[in-house]
Amino acid sequence: MLRDAMLVAGKDLRVEARTRVGLGQVAPFAVLVLVLFGFALDPDRGILEAATPGLFWITVLFASVLGVQRAYAVESGAGVRDALRLTSLSPGGMFLGKALALAVQLLAVELVLGVGVIVLYGADPAGWILLVGTALPATAGIAAAGSLSGVLAVGLRVRETLLPLLLLPVLAPVLLAATRAFEAALDGSPADGWPWAGLLALFAVVYVGCGIGLYGTVLEES
Amino acid sequence: MAPVIHLRDVVALLGGFPALTGVDLDVDAAELVALVGANGAGKTTVLRVCAGLVPVDSGTASVLGEDLTRNGRAVRSRVGLLGPSGGLYDELTAMDNLRFFARAARVDPADVDRAAERFGITGRVADSPVVRLSTGQRRRVALASLVARRPQLWLLDEPHGGLDAEGRDLLDAVVLSAVASGATVVIASHDLDRTSALGCRHVTLAGGSVVEGGPDAA
Repeated sequence: MLRDAMLVAGKDLRVEARTRVGLGQVAPFAVLVLVLFGFALDPDRGILEAATPGLFWITVLFASVLGVQRAYAVESGAGVRDALRLTSLSPGGMFLGKALALAVQLLAVELVLGVGVIVLYGADPAGWILLVGTALPATAGIAAAGSLSGVLAVGLRVRETLLPLLLLPVLAPVLLAATRAFEAALDGSPADGWPWAGLLALFAVVYVGCGIGLYGTVLEES
Repeated sequence: MAPVIHLRDVVALLGGFPALTGVDLDVDAAELVALVGANGAGKTTVLRVCAGLVPVDSGTASVLGEDLTRNGRAVRSRVGLLGPSGGLYDELTAMDNLRFFARAARVDPADVDRAAERFGITGRVADSPVVRLSTGQRRRVALASLVARRPQLWLLDEPHGGLDAEGRDLLDAVVLSAVASGATVVIASHDLDRTSALGCRHVTLAGGSVVEGGPDAA
């Protein structure tokens, strides 16, 4: 399964390296959302600073919707899904590969956004260990839930509009926990944030487990 | 010896619509069969049922000894399906596509290189994203991918479409070579002259069932 996962992840990242959609469109979109939040809340700098963790993760969720749509758009070409189903790839491996590639791209977007909130919102990344310890499981959870929602929607004509409705409610717990953990890190009280990071790790395990177990069935039915 | 493909009264629904309404078909090992019929007759659906991609809603169906009514997935890794669209990633190069699908099918990389060379997937063509290739070149890439896998059952849907004269002759040679080596080939085609020249046994479909050349014909 891990061999299949690495093969699929390598393929998806090669597609991204050739098309640069993540770098050229998703990352700029995410930065643009940060800027727009800044415009909307700038009259009261205190609100902007207080809201930085939530705005960061909401922006990540928006970017993840685009990333998931892109990850499955490359497989919506005629005959590609049939070609994949005729391979010996394990469904669990395919899921892990899609999630891994998505997670790598989301982490890159989060890095850009991290610089963005420091520059635009004046965030202080003193608690960077907790920030990293939050971002990794949160991203794993988002990528896992996104990969499962993506394959669910890929066979539908209304996939572009349906995907956010499927994905965002599932990610609400991640948004909540990641925001609380980031608040603790930026407030200089990281001890309050680690339980939330632990909860994110639990979410990630649950989402990954569900994905490995359900991906094959969903792929067949989609 | 049991037939490679054995379908009896197979019904398959696509989106609730009966695409196959009771297909009877037997294909023996190392046989070359052409499915013919008008558009919508069910040729492509028969190929996809045999590949384990479309579930059988009623009837009995076995392919390469696997019961498709129980587990259609079991047969997939032993079947090669060439659809009209090729099933390639547009954004990847021809060689990237060949290597990815070969590794996914546990194929020896040396077989991929040989197949690529045989179909002229070299130089600029090999390194071009598939989206920039002509229809015929894409067809060659898909065929090279199929040949590298060496499936036991080849299911070819309008395989000559988009190929130039040289490509069509090459395809015919590859098909005959596959049959000679023991593979079974089923071709869905409108090109009766071509399939006759290949020596195919013709099976005619209409309205989702076999109307000529089925098991009862003998």
